[in-house]
Amino acid sequence: MAEDLTGHKVTADESTVVLGIETSCDETAVAVVMGGGDVLSSVVASQLDEHARFGGVVPEIASRAHLEALPHVTAQAIARAGIDVGRVDAVAATVGPGLVGALLVGVSAAKAMALALDVPFVGVNHLEAHLYAALLDAPDAEFPMLFVLVSGGHTMFVAMNDPHDYRVVGQTIDDAAGEAFDKVARFLGLGFPGGPAIDKAATRGNEKAIDFPRAMRNEGFDVSFSGLKTAVINHVRAHPQVASDDVAASFQRAVVDVLVHKARRAASQCGARTIALGGGVAANSLLRREMQRAGDDDGVRVVLPSREMCTDNAAMIASAGWYRLARGETSPLDTGANPNLKLAAGQR
Amino acid sequence: MTHLHLESASPGDTEQLAVAVAGVLRPRDVVLLSGDLGAGKTMFTKALCAALGVVDAVTSPTFTLMHEYRGRALNVCHADVYRLERTAEFDDLDLDGARAAGNVLVIEWGEVLSDAFPDHLALRFAHADDANQRSITLAAHGSGWQSRLERIAAHLGTTVAP
Repeated sequence: MAEDLTGHKVTADESTVVLGIETSCDETAVAVVMGGGDVLSSVVASQLDEHARFGGVVPEIASRAHLEALPHVTAQAIARAGIDVGRVDAVAATVGPGLVGALLVGVSAAKAMALALDVPFVGVNHLEAHLYAALLDAPDAEFPMLFVLVSGGHTMFVAMNDPHDYRVVGQTIDDAAGEAFDKVARFLGLGFPGGPAIDKAATRGNEKAIDFPRAMRNEGFDVSFSGLKTAVINHVRAHPQVASDDVAASFQRAVVDVLVHKARRAASQCGARTIALGGGVAANSLLRREMQRAGDDDGVRVVLPSREMCTDNAAMIASAGWYRLARGETSPLDTGANPNLKLAAGQR
Repeated sequence: MTHLHLESASPGDTEQLAVAVAGVLRPRDVVLLSGDLGAGKTMFTKALCAALGVVDAVTSPTFTLMHEYRGRALNVCHADVYRLERTAEFDDLDLDGARAAGNVLVIEWGEVLSDAFPDHLALRFAHADDANQRSITLAAHGSGWQSRLERIAAHLGTTVAP
């Protein structure tokens, strides 16, 4: 059994308990996961109600906010897991990508905890952790898998041959899908958060009312949503009387058409047996329905994780930490934050 | 304060402007972008980064708040304070630190930071009647930008207005 630089045996099996910490952007989150897939607890500090009061996203990006929340969230996570802290076999934290000040709070806390408990510290890539979030909800999913990450900050297609072997095959070249939802919702005055607001308005609207552009439907697996956002704005400026519900429905249909079309083609190209969604936009009802339908047509299983696993959380960080341990990897205690960390070869 | 007012007929015109601005940039410069949703702030930033030799994909930082890019001679810190308007959490982005490290700061929805950066180039993008057209106004704030705005205008074959 290999030892790491701090003299710890590097191992991961079904009984290995990893405590994960996530502070890369808006959320302070801590979770305890056993064996890479058994979530003993998962605590996220953010209060969406509080955000909604301001009528917009109010990010708690302040290092101070993470610092204040982290001890409480950590204690909650350990208590809810029903374990003694001495049972923790390794401490994982997001090292990037994200905001350097916010990242450093979680990284420093995790390293201090690892040192105090005399267990390994494992730095985790936030984007890689999203891949494992899908597996947390569907541990029996078969590979190869096409993972579709659609959030406010990221939109990418990742081909996974197994949990350790993956590459980015496509990504947004401008706006992320969730960002487009949020900005169009704000432009239409539909409220916050934008994704659910569009989803709801779309049920009242006619999705065929306006034929918005489906950008780059036949070129590779990259996507673009900036032009669609501008097309929505131009249409409303030219037709001030248009029904917002029709705009929302037609816009949502355009986004979903592009994502499903690209996902199908990417899945076919990499021989995927499974398509898994992740990120906040994975909660969109039309995307879930249409991706499921496409999978049924193509004979590909579609994994639609719970909202808790789609959005930023620490269970996926702990799980990713477990997979790193399983590969014999830990991180030295002088590991810093890397705000610009990429997912893998292929991400530009 | 010197102004330069431009009518961009197409994204290609905006790219030409980005090339002209890239030609006068120095380390630690601050460029503040403003304008409504879809007015072309991110598009301009993509073109500016391309002109500076950035090879990474330049994407919107609205949710991620800040991206850093390496160019040929200059590095760019591309931030977006759209989500921070109400919270005044600007300090937490450590823009001063990024600037001190030599980065050019390009900040979307950055007009709220005018006072924080007395020396800056401001670009305001506005929709025009035609869907592809944009009215773009450049303003030189602080002594360092007056002459450089004239060079940008000369590059584009026009002149600045007082």
